[in-house]
Amino acid sequence: MIALLQQVAAQANGIEHLPPPESGGVWFLATAIKILVLFTIYMVGVMLVIWAERRICAFIQDRRGPNRVGPHGLLQSVADGVKNIMKEETYPAQAYLPLFVLAPVMSFMPALLTWAVIPYGAPWVSKWGTIDMAIAPLPIGFLFILSIASLGVYGIVLAGWSSNNKYSLLGGLRSSAQMISYEISMGMSTIPVLILAGNVSLGRIVEQQAGRGLHWNVLSCTIAFVVFMVAAFAETNRVPFDLPEAESELVAGYHAEYSAMKFSMFFIAEYANVMTASALMSTLFFGGWDLPFTLWDNVAPHTLLKTLVTFGFIWVKTLFFVFVFIWVRWTLPRFRYDQLMALGWKFMLPVILGYVVVVAGATLALDTIGFHPASWQFSVIMLAMNIVLLVILFGVVDRGRLVSPAYSRLDKRNLDKLRRLDRARARSAAFTGGGPA
Amino acid sequence: MPIGVKVLERPIDKSSYVRATLSGMALTLKHLLDTDKVTIQYPEQKWPLSPRWRGTHRMLTTEDGKAKCVACGLCPTVCPANCIKLVPGEDENGNRYPLLFEIDEFRCIFCGYCQEVCPEEAIHVGRHYENSEYSREGFVYDLERLMSQTHPVCEMWDPADPKGE
Repeated sequence: MIALLQQVAAQANGIEHLPPPESGGVWFLATAIKILVLFTIYMVGVMLVIWAERRICAFIQDRRGPNRVGPHGLLQSVADGVKNIMKEETYPAQAYLPLFVLAPVMSFMPALLTWAVIPYGAPWVSKWGTIDMAIAPLPIGFLFILSIASLGVYGIVLAGWSSNNKYSLLGGLRSSAQMISYEISMGMSTIPVLILAGNVSLGRIVEQQAGRGLHWNVLSCTIAFVVFMVAAFAETNRVPFDLPEAESELVAGYHAEYSAMKFSMFFIAEYANVMTASALMSTLFFGGWDLPFTLWDNVAPHTLLKTLVTFGFIWVKTLFFVFVFIWVRWTLPRFRYDQLMALGWKFMLPVILGYVVVVAGATLALDTIGFHPASWQFSVIMLAMNIVLLVILFGVVDRGRLVSPAYSRLDKRNLDKLRRLDRARARSAAFTGGGPA
Repeated sequence: MPIGVKVLERPIDKSSYVRATLSGMALTLKHLLDTDKVTIQYPEQKWPLSPRWRGTHRMLTTEDGKAKCVACGLCPTVCPANCIKLVPGEDENGNRYPLLFEIDEFRCIFCGYCQEVCPEEAIHVGRHYENSEYSREGFVYDLERLMSQTHPVCEMWDPADPKGE
């Protein structure tokens, strides 16, 4: 059925599959150029995202943020980088050095590797052959992302363990529990997307979302998108999921013992992860490089102009999600550990498991009565279903259950006992004319 | 949950994390777009000092460019931090003047007693706070340095009524 769906979707969208360039030399050269360009943009992007984070957080707190180095402080990250290179690298005497040195690299590489498979533009049919706008357009692109993303936890855990510091170790422990828990929801939340695309190649997922109207997966798999976003926050260790770092409890968590450029590496890794997660969200749920409401970018002739426009457009989407990451960070407080676990295991996992069944059932049912996934009727019906489910989730289920206070775990009898004690203490404090403030 | 934790009675059935989050994000967005920032761009922009701000000292001079100080010795006597060093001298007309007048700004506690006690309105604490130096010795201000300061002085002394009459 999946193969059938795929065929139907491809025909309905009017997108033909383009052959790869004929000559190996062109392919090699194109790949080298793609790697260079993307790596440069990515690293400069990370730098600018760090600057943006500091500026946006300053604005949210009614401050101005870094605005001295370069125009509007744009070069602040360069100055910080130079400072960090000049600084002394300290090695704790009790640290296990090989892993201590390896850990920052291990937390940075997965974020960078993920970009290899993300398609970031419409393919360009040049006179040397068709050039696919992904560094490695793997047919199993999505599985590659899942496997690489699960490596990200190693950097943090090893950093925490090899530092030989109790706070670092606690940070590492927390992150292993957190990232492994949320990886499950993250992986599950992409299954509805894969059902609709009928394929795990990211290129196909983007093509499936292309069309004359708005076929983005966020409309047909809204709840999957919400779960994916929450899991992405947890995977990138951003507030409200920054328990591994938790500067108010664990000093700086897993990177408490790191200094100079090795600390910088963790810092860069965090923002690299944010950018990667944003790019994944735009690719999986917001159509990737696809321009909505037009087929201009999906049909021949595949000119360089179309490639550049779509390349710009995926960056617009990615940067929007980066902004959401920053915005949420400076709004929410950190979760308590039990809230984190309860949200991951008792809410998100059951919801997304149920949702996979719902989407699969709806796709099958709609396909049987004749609406194929690329038709507008399919999108509209799925959107209506999603709105109903969202209202149920956030209007009815989310009543002190999503993220609950600690006492919600007590049973009624114990809660009453505690409250009686509380009142008795308040009375005795009033009687003695004072008491603990 | 251990005994001793205060258990609030919250309407748990009515509270929603998602809605609370969204309203919080609306609030932060409002502040993000708000152009009214509290930061003062320090070297260019400065917070107005109180007229009674007591900062680094200044020695006022007469019209012919000499220090107003008559080396009476009141300020080193009243100084609670003992930071003023004064060696009095006398010229051929019998006028007293300071041979040596030094204020150690590191020892000074900026109480302003020297200004208050001075009968000639010569020594003043100033409305000034940017005093960085490259060495500790630089903070011992001699008479020449005190006379060359130009910042406004603390207004526990009223310039319209210098003798307090």
